[in-house]
Amino acid sequence: MKDYLVLRIVTKLILPFILLFGLYVQFHGDFGPGGGFQAGVIFAAGFILYALVFGVGAAQRILPNGTLRACIAGGVLLYAVVGVASLLLGENYLNYSPLAHTAKEGQHLGILLIELGVGITVASVMMTVFFTFAAWREK
Amino acid sequence: MEEIVNIVILSLMAITVIAIVFIRNLMAVVMLSGIYSLLAASIFVVLDAVDVAFTEAAVGAGISTVLFIGTLALTTRVEKKPAHKPYLPFVVVVVTGAALIYGSFDMARFGDPEAATNKHVAPYYLEKTKKHTGIPNVVTAVLASYRGYDTLGEVTVIFTAGIGVILLLGSWRRGLSPPSSHKEDEA
Repeated sequence: MKDYLVLRIVTKLILPFILLFGLYVQFHGDFGPGGGFQAGVIFAAGFILYALVFGVGAAQRILPNGTLRACIAGGVLLYAVVGVASLLLGENYLNYSPLAHTAKEGQHLGILLIELGVGITVASVMMTVFFTFAAWREK
Repeated sequence: MEEIVNIVILSLMAITVIAIVFIRNLMAVVMLSGIYSLLAASIFVVLDAVDVAFTEAAVGAGISTVLFIGTLALTTRVEKKPAHKPYLPFVVVVVTGAALIYGSFDMARFGDPEAATNKHVAPYYLEKTKKHTGIPNVVTAVLASYRGYDTLGEVTVIFTAGIGVILLLGSWRRGLSPPSSHKEDEA
């Protein structure tokens, strides 16, 4: 898509806002609608837009397959590890209360961490699916 | 006012579905299914389920459309004509639809405070969320804390889907970069 000047410029202009909105949805999920699932999809959509306009190769220079695959597993792992941490601190699996000084702070921290894990896994799976399809086509 | 909005959105959804059934150009079908998801998201907003609406808009209208287009690029853009007349599928669809509508007669009225779903665990969550977690969004508290184990399962489902795509279509060579970037590097 080297000839579409308007498309390229507009993509560059709105991309930071898409990613910023993704981060807002991620970390504001406690207070408003949103959370890891939605944020992950929005974040992935930003990168997919970039890949559509500038090519998958350019997008994968920022996020190579190895990094994406590590993130797919890393997100689930982060989620599971938070559960194990609460087990080790003497509570039930995925009960976040003992993670901080007060139960409420612990719940806040736990929810923040597991939502982050959800977001990382969802975003990297969506990007991986798209990049894999695109790479298969170019074979 | 709310009734008019509901009627308009639901009729638009019905029209979209009828168009999807008749159109053979799969690119148009994908676009229409994206529109269908967006209309569904609007219905969820009217029903005050903003979290669900958000997910439907982001996943259903956004990423699914992109992935469908990616799939079309790998396969074909025009649906083949079916070999048989579609009478049997039509009967199956009509019977299933009639059964579902019959089942909906037993559903509680929308927003009925005496409904079983609103008397089971919902009041407990609404009352205690603020005290237990200090989080204003009850949906997030239920999803991430009270039902954290279920959400772990959901993330595992997405994880499994990603692994499945990598196993079926992904490249397993060392270096792990896609074939396109190799070509560009050589050129």
